[in-house]
Amino acid sequence: MSRVAAAGVSVRYDGRLAVDAVDLTVLPGEWVALIGPNGAGKTSLLRALAGTVPFEGSIEIDGIAATSLPRRTAARMVALVPQQPILPDGMTVLDYVLLGRTPHLGYLAVESDADVAIARQAMTRLDATDLEGRRLGELSGGERQRVVLARALAQQSAVLLLDEPTAALDVGHGQQVLDLVDELRRERRISVIAAVHDLTLAAQYADRLALMDGGRIVAEGTPAEVLTEKSIQRFSGARVSIVTGPGGEVVVVPRR
Amino acid sequence: MGALAAGVLIGPAALDPGPVLLELLDRLPFVDVDSGLDARGAAIVWELRLPRAILGALVGATLSVAGGAYQGVFRNPLADPYLLGVAAGAGLGATLVIVTIGSGSALVPIAAFAGAIAAVAVAYALGSAAGGRRSGVTLILAGVAVAAFLTAAQTFVQQHNADSIREVYSWILGRLGTAGWSEVAVMAPYAAISIVVIIFHRRLLDVLAVGEEEARALGVRPERVRAAVVIAATLGTAGAVSVSGLIGFVGIVVPHTVRLLVGASYRWILPLSVVGGAAFLVLADLVARSALGPAEIPIGVVTAFVGGPFFLVILRTSRRSLS
Repeated sequence: MSRVAAAGVSVRYDGRLAVDAVDLTVLPGEWVALIGPNGAGKTSLLRALAGTVPFEGSIEIDGIAATSLPRRTAARMVALVPQQPILPDGMTVLDYVLLGRTPHLGYLAVESDADVAIARQAMTRLDATDLEGRRLGELSGGERQRVVLARALAQQSAVLLLDEPTAALDVGHGQQVLDLVDELRRERRISVIAAVHDLTLAAQYADRLALMDGGRIVAEGTPAEVLTEKSIQRFSGARVSIVTGPGGEVVVVPRR
Repeated sequence: MGALAAGVLIGPAALDPGPVLLELLDRLPFVDVDSGLDARGAAIVWELRLPRAILGALVGATLSVAGGAYQGVFRNPLADPYLLGVAAGAGLGATLVIVTIGSGSALVPIAAFAGAIAAVAVAYALGSAAGGRRSGVTLILAGVAVAAFLTAAQTFVQQHNADSIREVYSWILGRLGTAGWSEVAVMAPYAAISIVVIIFHRRLLDVLAVGEEEARALGVRPERVRAAVVIAATLGTAGAVSVSGLIGFVGIVVPHTVRLLVGASYRWILPLSVVGGAAFLVLADLVARSALGPAEIPIGVVTAFVGGPFFLVILRTSRRSLS
C-alpha cells in the first residue's frame, strides 16, 4: 500500500492556482524529488501534504484521509522541514529539537525524560550533540540545517517532507544531509518527498523525480527518464548537457 | 517573599519590624505570641499593609505573566497586557462612572472590568472577521483601532466633565492606595485563573515561536492557543485594572528582564515573570508610598521611573537575545 497518495490536489492562494490537480503516490521507503523552476508549485504541494494550507482533492497517508485526522495525529505521520525555518535566536538547540515531540504530547503536557532521550538521539544522529546547550542565534548555516533536521527526526514520522534541504549548504554539508536522509529512509522505511533545485543531486538520491511546472506535474519517472536536455530546456529555460557519470549516474551540466 | 516582607514591614507609620513579624506569626494556626503592638498598630499591619502588599503581588504577577504571554502569542516584543484594548476599555468604563456618579462609587471597578472585557471582545471579533484567525497581526491592528476609538471617547467624556479630571487622571495612573481585603478577594480568583492557564500554555508558546506554519506542521492550532491565552490574560488584566487602575510598564518590562536573564524559552519566562512581577510591583508600591511620605506618588509613575532605568541597565549588560 502506498504511504502517501495525493489525488487531484489543488492549492489556491486568494484564487490564484499554485498547485493544479496533482496526483502523486509515494511508497514506504521511497524518495521522490520534486524538481522544476521557481514558482512551479513545489513548496505549495509540500505545504498541502504537511496540512499547513487548505487544499482541494484528497491526500491519504497510509490509506487514511489526511483531512479526517486531528491535526496532532497528522503531525505524528508527516514532518516538514521548510525552506526557511524560523529559528528563535535565544532558544537553545535542545529546546528547539524538543519541539519535534509536540505532536506526541497532550495539549498542555510537557516532555518526559523519554522525549528528551529521543531528541538527544536525533541530535546524535545528526552529529549535533555538542550543540545541545548553544543558542540558535549562534549557529552557522550548516549547524542550523542539522538542527532543523534533528527536530524533524525527533517527530518520528513516517513521511519526511523537505523543502530545499541543501539550499543553504556548501556541497560537502549538502551531501552529508542527503546521505543521512538516505540512511534513514533505508533503515526506517521513511518516505521522503523533497523539493530540490540541484538536478544532479536530485538524480543521485531520489528513486523518482516529479518535474513540476505551472502547478502541475508534467513529467514523472526515473532520473534518466525525466532529465533530458529537451525537458529541462522546455520547463526551466536552462541550457544543459546530460552526461552519464562514472557510476552510471545522471549528471546535469549547465552550458553557456 | 522578601518584597512582600518589606511591603509589610515598611510604611509611613513607624512600627518596629520585630513586633510586626510577631504580629504576623501570631495569626498562624497553633502559634500564640504577643507582638506587643497596640490595636492601632495591629490594624495598620492587618488592614492596611498586608492586603496592600498582597494585592500588589497579585496585580504585578498577573500583569507580568499576561504581558509575557502576549509577547509570545503575538510574537511581538512590544506586546503588553493592554495590547488588545483592555486599558482603553477600562479607562472609558471607569471615566463614565466617575463623571456621572463619582470616584468613590463601587461601580468604578465593575465598569472598568466590563469596559476592559468588552473592548477585547470587540477587538477579537473584528480581528478574527478580518482574517485574524490565521494571523495574529490582524488581531493586534484591530486592538489598536479599538483602543484608539475608546481612548478618543474617554478623552471626550473627560473634557466635557472638567471638574472630575483630577479623579479620572488619578485612576488612570493606577494606585494600590485603596487596597483592602475585599480588593484582594476580588483579584485573587482572576489572578489564579490567568496565571494557571497561561503557565500551562508555556510549552505551546515556545512552539508558536517558530511561526504559525511550522506550529501547524507540528500539530498545533495557533488560533486556538491564541484564543486561550487572550481570554486568560484578559480576565486577569481586567481584574487587575478594576482594583488598581492602569499600572503601566510592568507587563512589558518584567517579562523582558526575565528573558534577558534566563533566555528565550517561555517555560522559564512565564513562571519567573509571575515571581518577578509580584516582587517588582510590591517594591514599586513601597517606593510610591514611602519616597515622598506621607504623600503618595502614583504607582504607575514609579514603575516607569524606577523600571525604565533598571531595564536599560539589564539591556546594556545582558548578552542574551530578546527574540
